[in-house]
Amino acid sequence: MDNDEKTAIDVDGVSKIFGSGPDAVHALDDVSVAIRENEFFTLLGPSGCGKTTLLRLIAGFDHPTAGHIRLHGENIAHLPPYKRPVNTVFQNYALFPHMTVAQNIGFGLEMLGKPKREVAASVDEMLSLVQMRDLANRQTSQISGGQQQRVALARALAPHPKVLLLDEPLSALDLKLRKEMQIELKRLQSETGITFIFVTHDQEEALTMSNRIAVMSAGKILQIGTPREVYDHPAERFVADFIGETNFLTATLQDVEGSTATVTLPSGKPARASLPSGTHPDAGRQVSIVIRPEHVTLALPSHETSLTGRLEDIVYFGTDTHYRLRLADDTLFIARMQNRRDGEAAFDPGAEVGIVLADGAVQVLRD
Amino acid sequence: MATDAQTAIVGEIRRSRLLTLPALIVLFLAASGPLLVVLLYSFLTAGDYGGVKWAFSTEGWQSVFLERDIFDDTVSVADAHLSIFWRSLRLSLMTTLLSLALGFPTAYFIATQPEKTRNLWLFLITIPFWTNLLIRTFAIMEVIRNRGIVNTALMKLGAIAEPIQMLYTDFAIMLGMTYVYLPLMVLPIYASMEKLDFRLVEAGYDLYATRWRVLRRIILPIVKPGIIAGSILVFVPSLGAYVTPRVLGGGKNLMLGNLIELQFGQGRNWPLGSALAITLLVIVMIALLFYVRAAQKGGEHG
Repeated sequence: MDNDEKTAIDVDGVSKIFGSGPDAVHALDDVSVAIRENEFFTLLGPSGCGKTTLLRLIAGFDHPTAGHIRLHGENIAHLPPYKRPVNTVFQNYALFPHMTVAQNIGFGLEMLGKPKREVAASVDEMLSLVQMRDLANRQTSQISGGQQQRVALARALAPHPKVLLLDEPLSALDLKLRKEMQIELKRLQSETGITFIFVTHDQEEALTMSNRIAVMSAGKILQIGTPREVYDHPAERFVADFIGETNFLTATLQDVEGSTATVTLPSGKPARASLPSGTHPDAGRQVSIVIRPEHVTLALPSHETSLTGRLEDIVYFGTDTHYRLRLADDTLFIARMQNRRDGEAAFDPGAEVGIVLADGAVQVLRD
Repeated sequence: MATDAQTAIVGEIRRSRLLTLPALIVLFLAASGPLLVVLLYSFLTAGDYGGVKWAFSTEGWQSVFLERDIFDDTVSVADAHLSIFWRSLRLSLMTTLLSLALGFPTAYFIATQPEKTRNLWLFLITIPFWTNLLIRTFAIMEVIRNRGIVNTALMKLGAIAEPIQMLYTDFAIMLGMTYVYLPLMVLPIYASMEKLDFRLVEAGYDLYATRWRVLRRIILPIVKPGIIAGSILVFVPSLGAYVTPRVLGGGKNLMLGNLIELQFGQGRNWPLGSALAITLLVIVMIALLFYVRAAQKGGEHG
């Protein structure tokens, strides 16, 4: 990590327990994460993993049971939401139904006590930023879902918060609009320079938009890293499984050299593998490994192929083709290869096929 | 071809409207018939022993606001009637405000409870409703009379030496009416409040609005229709209240309802009673008109 990059939000050992006694729900369990200034940071995880709880703690709607939340070094964990320079874009937008688009956008500035002229100028600027100038005086019930989304964004951005929190803001939009808004959000983030903390359960959204991703499960952060790190080098089984499609195999560790190791595959052949950062497992141990379907190619079995299996199924997907193989130990293995203009799939179902691993295809998981 | 279908449908609707005619006639007569009788009586001459004589007279209407001296026939403003009008209006407005002050927090409290317990709270609110009005009113009397619960407790505690006279005052009437009509305030406000998306409240806090400002700028405008409905539901029956002012006002502090009753009873002046009843109706209509206009304003935003 770069030390000269300033931390915007520092979540330090935060726990959140709802209720008490035997019914208590541990929504967050000793979570720590430092989110940098001007970063597009995503909290990714399935529903109930605690990502929205963490966002609500940062916004101030709930207060942590234990731990600190610092904004530029100042502990804000027990400040009410209206005293935090942090704004939220809500999942259902939560636009005020009794106000116009412009009144909604100006509300925050008005509450901050800005003079009328300044509020009007800011509202104008925000309307242009989200390309909604023509609809300034509409009621919020008279505009479409995508437009409401833009108003919600403009409303949260208008007071120039230090951090913008986004709680699954795209989940209510249809696919095409969602793609557009993904690009729009990236643009807004780089234009405003505001730190975005984005909550989603959609791994594709997380991969395409984020500078960094924190993958959460059961109230804990399992891994923090760039999209590429998280995808290519998942540290835990849950992360590998949640993000993208993957093959899980068991292998034996041979030689460990720094961050890589040689493993013996179920087929008995050796392969180079990356180790999860910060771990130094002993040689000779059984470990779980993951191989992404697109990090392999299929070939006729030879000394160059690391694994062999019987081809069960071929599914054509347009840009690529999925091959389902049954390995010797009866595990399922999926290979994905891009379709080329010239070639036909060279294999038929039922054939014995070899698997060639690309460099860095094998990732060892933490136990 | 669409037009053919449409004409068919329109014809169908016309025919079904005809079928509702008998019901409409019954409703019209039942609703406006007695009212027309009251209107007619207000323009007749009072009978010697109650009832009316069939002779046209505006005496009833004149007596609403004016009184004739028995001895020298001079006409002056009916102070007694005006003070009763004024007391009715004042007590009804104060009852409405007091109900609002008590009912709004109550409705807010219920609406923010977990869904399971809300029905229990609503049930508790409506329990007095299942109880006979007279019994409820006498219960209030028991609480506030000179040797009632409040005065006895205060005297035992040594806070006061002499009982405070609460019964048979305007205060007693207002207290009684507030107690009786409070559920009518709570229920409509709760109905609006329940529909209020509490994420809007969070959005308000998030956008730097303090609690007070969230209440004034977000919650109040959105639940306004409920507040107006509740206020009307409390104001209108308060204005015509009869039992509560009779029991708790002790027959000295009359309200409109008692005055009207008096004309049909001891006063033996049915035309005046009828004119007063119509006047009360007009006041109620004006209040309703205000309600409809305010509700339409709210509707534009909602």
